[in-house]
Amino acid sequence: MPNHFIRFAETNLVMKKKVKGLCGIFLFVLFSIACEKTMPILIEENELLDGPIEGLSTEEQVQFLKGDEFFNDDIFTIEKGLGPIFNAVSCASCHAGDGKGHPFIRFTRFGQSDTISGNQFLNFGGPQLQNRAIPGYEPEQLPANAAFTNLLAPAVTGLGFLDAVSDADVIALADPNDADGDGISGRPHWNYIPNYVQLRPNSISQNGQYITRFGKKGAAYDLLHQTSGAYNQDMGITSLFEPIDTYSGLEFDPEVASQTVHDVVFYLKTLKAPLRRDEGAPDVMAGEQLFSQIKCASCHTPTLQTGFSSIDVLSYKEFYPFTDLLLHDMGSGLDDGYTEGKALSSEWKTPALWGLGLSKDAQGGNYFLLHDGRATSIEDAILFHGGEAEQSKINYTLLSDIQKGQLIKFLESL
Amino acid sequence: MKIFSYYEHKIILLSLIFFVGLNLQAQKLDSPILRTAKDTSREKMSMDAVYNRPFLKMGNSPLAVGGYLEANSLYTSENGISEGLSFEARLFTIFMSASITKRIKFLSELEFENGTKEIAIEFAAMDVSFHPMLNFRGGVMMNPIGAFNQNHDGPIWEFVERPTMANQLLPATWSNAGFGLYGKTNKGNWIIGYEAYLTNGFDNSIIDNEEGKTFLLATKDNPDRFASNNSGNPLLTGKIAIKNRNVGELGLSYMGGIYNNFEDGGLTLDNKRRLHVFALDFNTTINTMGTYIVGEYTFIMVDVPLTYTQQYGNKQQGFFIDLVQPIIRRKILDWEKASLNIAARLDYVDWNLGTFKETNTNIGDDLWAITPSIGFRPSSQTVFRLNYRYQWQKDILSNPPTRTAAWLFGFSTYF
Repeated sequence: MPNHFIRFAETNLVMKKKVKGLCGIFLFVLFSIACEKTMPILIEENELLDGPIEGLSTEEQVQFLKGDEFFNDDIFTIEKGLGPIFNAVSCASCHAGDGKGHPFIRFTRFGQSDTISGNQFLNFGGPQLQNRAIPGYEPEQLPANAAFTNLLAPAVTGLGFLDAVSDADVIALADPNDADGDGISGRPHWNYIPNYVQLRPNSISQNGQYITRFGKKGAAYDLLHQTSGAYNQDMGITSLFEPIDTYSGLEFDPEVASQTVHDVVFYLKTLKAPLRRDEGAPDVMAGEQLFSQIKCASCHTPTLQTGFSSIDVLSYKEFYPFTDLLLHDMGSGLDDGYTEGKALSSEWKTPALWGLGLSKDAQGGNYFLLHDGRATSIEDAILFHGGEAEQSKINYTLLSDIQKGQLIKFLESL
Repeated sequence: MKIFSYYEHKIILLSLIFFVGLNLQAQKLDSPILRTAKDTSREKMSMDAVYNRPFLKMGNSPLAVGGYLEANSLYTSENGISEGLSFEARLFTIFMSASITKRIKFLSELEFENGTKEIAIEFAAMDVSFHPMLNFRGGVMMNPIGAFNQNHDGPIWEFVERPTMANQLLPATWSNAGFGLYGKTNKGNWIIGYEAYLTNGFDNSIIDNEEGKTFLLATKDNPDRFASNNSGNPLLTGKIAIKNRNVGELGLSYMGGIYNNFEDGGLTLDNKRRLHVFALDFNTTINTMGTYIVGEYTFIMVDVPLTYTQQYGNKQQGFFIDLVQPIIRRKILDWEKASLNIAARLDYVDWNLGTFKETNTNIGDDLWAITPSIGFRPSSQTVFRLNYRYQWQKDILSNPPTRTAAWLFGFSTYF
């Protein structure tokens, strides 16, 4: 065979090896990219507080994502209007992972001690103490003799469902004069509302006041009211809805666009209701029965129903928040002497218990429960109950250790 | 952020066409253009990296040009949710040097990041040599904090991503207008070098930015930093490095000064607020195995007002360490000095060291990552890299970490 043919054959062999080698590398790259096993596993929906309600339309999902970005990623800077006095630089600073707040951003409200004279310290920086300031400014100091309370931000999941409960349903749960004699006398928070809110369908009025339901004292009418107030009081951001600058007391141009506020409100409305875990476990089921037996469910109403909502997936749905949206007297131990709207200083709105078991994953691995985070475990929180919940607390203390464990497991499953 | 105007973009584009043409010329065998190889002798230290690059030079012209290009694919998944496959034109950098006289030289480096998303002059300085131990440098220079800032060219590294510490804690390729001195001397196996510069400094954005954390990198968005000094006080950057030819190189650097605009028009606006950055870097090669090890540690202290939010930390730290092991060094295909390396990097950054005043619990805001890599170098100037990065990042409250994994495949080459 001529030499050049041998060389050609050898070259061809080498070339084939080279091509095989290159193919091998290419396939390795492809395989690597396709190999989902090298990627972090998807976290189960019931292990997460955040995420949208199932069944949103494409348009609604787009708005949800916009609101998500504003809520979780929009950090206010001095240039964007932060402060000059403030508590937090973003919504997510107080609601990490859409969960409850952490004591490092505990905020203080002050200036109102009764339901008649209103807030007497509005000219001294009330109702919220902005305890942070941008460089060059001094934060507010709590005025002497002002009634005050410390608050942690609540979780924000499932709020759209709570918003869509009809006033009639809230009234139906109330028993202001304890007519049934069970020692529990929840009442709706009738309060004046700002003119920018839109009344919900079949809204009920009483002497020019409406049922308000958001916030620890339930003093905010809806999520627009709550959100505009948070932009203004927490971050020092003025809007078309709340245009008064917290530092100067003067009306400012909006520092956040109305559309942004609406997108955030939409996001809050369409965050899913927390999903339960270990629902069928025997201890959890036993705990659920104990929850009713010792009358926790008298205020922490397990099941509510929405009325009409402009968001289809929220309309006429049964859901399980474990709240009655009513004000209850919680006794002297939880009475800080400060109040809002028409709530007494000892009265607090029943907080929803859904998502309780996931709270610590949004609070740095620890529980900080009740309005100011003073309870560092679920049991602590139960033992701080008083007033209308005094008997339930006593009932809890009379349970065996096993039963207490079952009740806690049930609460952690929410 | 775009720093250049429309007309400046046009000038840059014309320059690019010129450089690309020059490069193509250099590839012809009979071209008068010569490629000056990178000096791989053991005399070089990290501080020499700006000049120690392959350049193209035409005949006896004092002008030499060069650059590098990096591109890669990226497939990421965060907590199990993938954003799909992307392609990044990560970096395109052009450098140009000139020997003006025997003792005066000039070098510039222009970087295009992610296409034209970020265009920056990283380096444009004149050097005057009086003595090996006394050289003057003035213009736009890279502050020599750590070694990566000095020695950051993509083709040198086995990883597509820059070290997190160098890119997210320190401002990678951080450069400023200023003046200073540098020098180097050697005796036996020992080489010692120093650098000391006064430059423009940081600004208030390091504690007022859309990252929601103390973030030195935010200051790179200030286009005025080459024209004026925000605080009116110079930033001091100094570095001492010592190298033993048989052992390796160790560098200690400091960067510090007032960062905030504390007065304006003669009126006091705030207290003078300082930052201090310390860095320790080293690199060594284990001769028996050929294993190359490089690492850097940084500690940062920033005077954050006590009345500000704890979200902006006053202490930060981070490190990275790379281990690179050559596996094959021989002719592969038609490449005479090809090599195949495996490598691994460990990244750590904590943007907010300390504990919450209210709970005495640890402040999170930290990140860990490991990145194994396979790199193929057909020549010393070109690298193909396949990286897999797995990262754990905690929020400020130390909630369960966000897990992110990424496959990156790309190349980086000098031209």
